[in-house]
Amino acid sequence: MKGLPPVVITAFVLVAGFALCAVQFPNIASTRVVGNLLTDNAFLGIVATGMTFVIISGGIDLSVGSVIGFTTVFVALAIERWGVPPLVAFVAILVLSAGFGAAMGAIIHVFDLPPFIVTLAGMFLARGASFLLSTESVPITAPVYSTVSDFALRMPGGGRLTAVAIIMIVIVIGGALLLHLTRFGANVYALGGSRTTASLMGVAVGKMTVKIYMLSSLLAGIAGIVFSFYTSAGYSLSAVGVELDTIAAVVIGGTLLTGGQGSVIGTFLGVLIQGMIQTYINFDGTLSSWWTKIATGVLLFAFIALQQGLVALARRPVAKRAGAAS
Amino acid sequence: MTALLPRRGLAQILALIVILAVDRVVSPQFFDLRLQDGRLFGSLIDVLNRGTPVALLSLGMVLVIATRGIDLSVGAVMAICGAIAASLADSHGLPVVLAAALGAGLICGLWNGFLVAVLGMQPIVATLILMVAGRGIAQLITEGRIVTFSSPDLVWLGNGSVLGLPVPVAIALGMLILTGAVVRGSALGLLIEATGGNARASELAGVGTRAMILSVYVWCGVCAALAGVIAAADIMGADANNAGLWLELDAILAVVIGGTSLFGGRFSLVLAVLGALIIQTMNTGILLSGYPPEFNLLVKAAVVLAVLLLQSPKLSGFAGIMARLRGTKP
Repeated sequence: MKGLPPVVITAFVLVAGFALCAVQFPNIASTRVVGNLLTDNAFLGIVATGMTFVIISGGIDLSVGSVIGFTTVFVALAIERWGVPPLVAFVAILVLSAGFGAAMGAIIHVFDLPPFIVTLAGMFLARGASFLLSTESVPITAPVYSTVSDFALRMPGGGRLTAVAIIMIVIVIGGALLLHLTRFGANVYALGGSRTTASLMGVAVGKMTVKIYMLSSLLAGIAGIVFSFYTSAGYSLSAVGVELDTIAAVVIGGTLLTGGQGSVIGTFLGVLIQGMIQTYINFDGTLSSWWTKIATGVLLFAFIALQQGLVALARRPVAKRAGAAS
Repeated sequence: MTALLPRRGLAQILALIVILAVDRVVSPQFFDLRLQDGRLFGSLIDVLNRGTPVALLSLGMVLVIATRGIDLSVGAVMAICGAIAASLADSHGLPVVLAAALGAGLICGLWNGFLVAVLGMQPIVATLILMVAGRGIAQLITEGRIVTFSSPDLVWLGNGSVLGLPVPVAIALGMLILTGAVVRGSALGLLIEATGGNARASELAGVGTRAMILSVYVWCGVCAALAGVIAAADIMGADANNAGLWLELDAILAVVIGGTSLFGGRFSLVLAVLGALIIQTMNTGILLSGYPPEFNLLVKAAVVLAVLLLQSPKLSGFAGIMARLRGTKP
C-alpha cells in the first residue's frame, strides 16, 4: 500500500481535531475531560474491538447493540431478583453471549448465508429476549457496583481513570495483540482477503467464522457488563443503535468494510474521535446533539472516500469495477 | 403482466394464508369488514393500512437488492421527507409539499446512487453514511421538535379514503402498478436482474449498469419519501427521532421473505409487497392475541431464520420438494 496508511490519517484527524477543540476551549485539554471521554466510551471501545475482527474477516455483526441490552437486563435481574452473586452472573452472561455468537457464526458458515441477515435475526432475537425478561429499568444496588464505580486511578491534573476505562484499555491492547501477533489474527486477515484462498491455504474457515462471531458477542457481553457498571441499571432499551456507532468507529479507524485490512488501534482512535465530537458539542452548549450524527456521517464519508481512492490506486491496472458487491 | 405474478410465489402465499388463519383463530372478528362513511373498516384493512410504509419501502428496496445492493438509509430518508412535508404543510399547498418531499427523497437516492455507481463504494457502507447522518439532518429541519400540522390536504393523504380504501393503501397499490408497468413492461427489469447477476458481464454485453444502479437508488429514495410523507400524514406530525426507525430492516426483511436473494439477480415486486404484508399480518396478529408486543421481535427473528434456511443453497432438499410441487426441476 503506497502513501499513508489510513490509521495515520485517523490519528492525524484525532490530534488535529483535539488541537482545534483545545484552542477554542482550553479546558478540553485536561486529564479530567480525557478521563471522562474514556469512561463514557468504554463500552463502545470494547464492542468496537470485537467488531474490528468481524469486519476484517469480511463479515458484519448487527447484533452487538442488542446483546449489550440483553446483558444489562440479565445481569440486573440475576443480581437483584434472582439473588445470584454478581461474579456468577457475569460468568453466566459471558458464556451465554459467547454461545449466541458461536451459533450465529455456525449458521453463517454451515448454511452459507449472508452475515448481514443472520446477525439481523440475532439482533431481533436478543432485543426481543431482553424485552421478555423485563421492559422496565432495573436498578442494581449490589455493593460490587458502587465499589467498581468509585474505583479510579488518579491522573496528574485531577483526572480519573475509572475501572471501566481501564477494562476498555486492557481489552483494546489484548485485542490488538491477538489480531496482530497471533495465528488467529493472521487467519482473520486471510479470511477477509479471500475466503477461498484462505481455505485453500489450510485455514479452517468454519472454525474461524464461529470463533470470530463468538469473540464479537463475547466482547459485546463484556461491554454490556461495563455498560451496567456505567449506568448501575439494566434496561432492555439500552444501547439501541450502538451497532451503527460501532461500525462507524471501525470504518473511521481505517478498517476496510470489504475485509482484509484494518487494525484495533485504528478502531480505538475512531471511538475517541466520536467521543471527541460529543465532548466538543457538550462544551459548546449551543450546538444540538444531532450535530454529532451529521459530523459522524461526514467523517464516515470522508474516510470511505479516502479508502476508495486508495483501493482504486492499488487496483488501477485491473479493469474498473462496476456495481460493487456487498 | 403475467411476469408480475411468478409461479414461485407459492411459499409466500401459503405463509400468508397460514398466518391469516392463525390470526382468525386468535381474533374471531379478524375477517369482518364493514362499510362506514364510504370507507371500509376491519382488521384486514388495518393490516393493509399499517403495512403501507414497509410495502412502499420494499418496492424500492427490491430493485436495489436485485442489483446486488442494499439501502440502509430508507428509514432516515423517511424521517427527512416527513420532516420536510410537516414543516411546509401549513404554509404551502399540497403540490408544493409533495414536490418538496419527493424531491428530497430523489436527492437522497441520487446521493446513494452516486456513491455506489460512480464512486464504486460498497452499498452497505455507502448507504450507512446517510443512515447515520440522515436522522441528524431530519432533526435539523424540525429543529429537534416534533413538528405538527393541521393542513387537511396532507392529513387526507394519511387518513382519507378512495373508493372505500384508505388513501395510503391506494397509493401503495398505485406505486406497485406503476413500478411493475415500468420495470416489467419494458426490458428494464431484465437489465436490472442482469446487473445484479453479474455486473461485469452485463456491462460487457452493453447494459448501462451504472445508469441502472443509479436509477434504482433514486427510485428507492422516492419510495422512501412517499412512505415518509404518509407516515407523517398519518400521525399529523413529524418526529425526526422515531419516524421510520428500523423500517429499513423490515423492508429488507420483506424483500428477503419475498424470495429475492440478497446476492442480486431475479426479483419480484409483488412478492416483496407480499412479504411486507406477511410481516404486518404477524404484527397485527400478535397485537390482537393480547401477547405483549415484545414478542414481535422474537417471532420476527424466528421467521427471518426460517426464510433464510429455506433459501440456503445448502438445503437443496427443500428446493427439490418445492420444485416438484411446481412441476419443474430445480
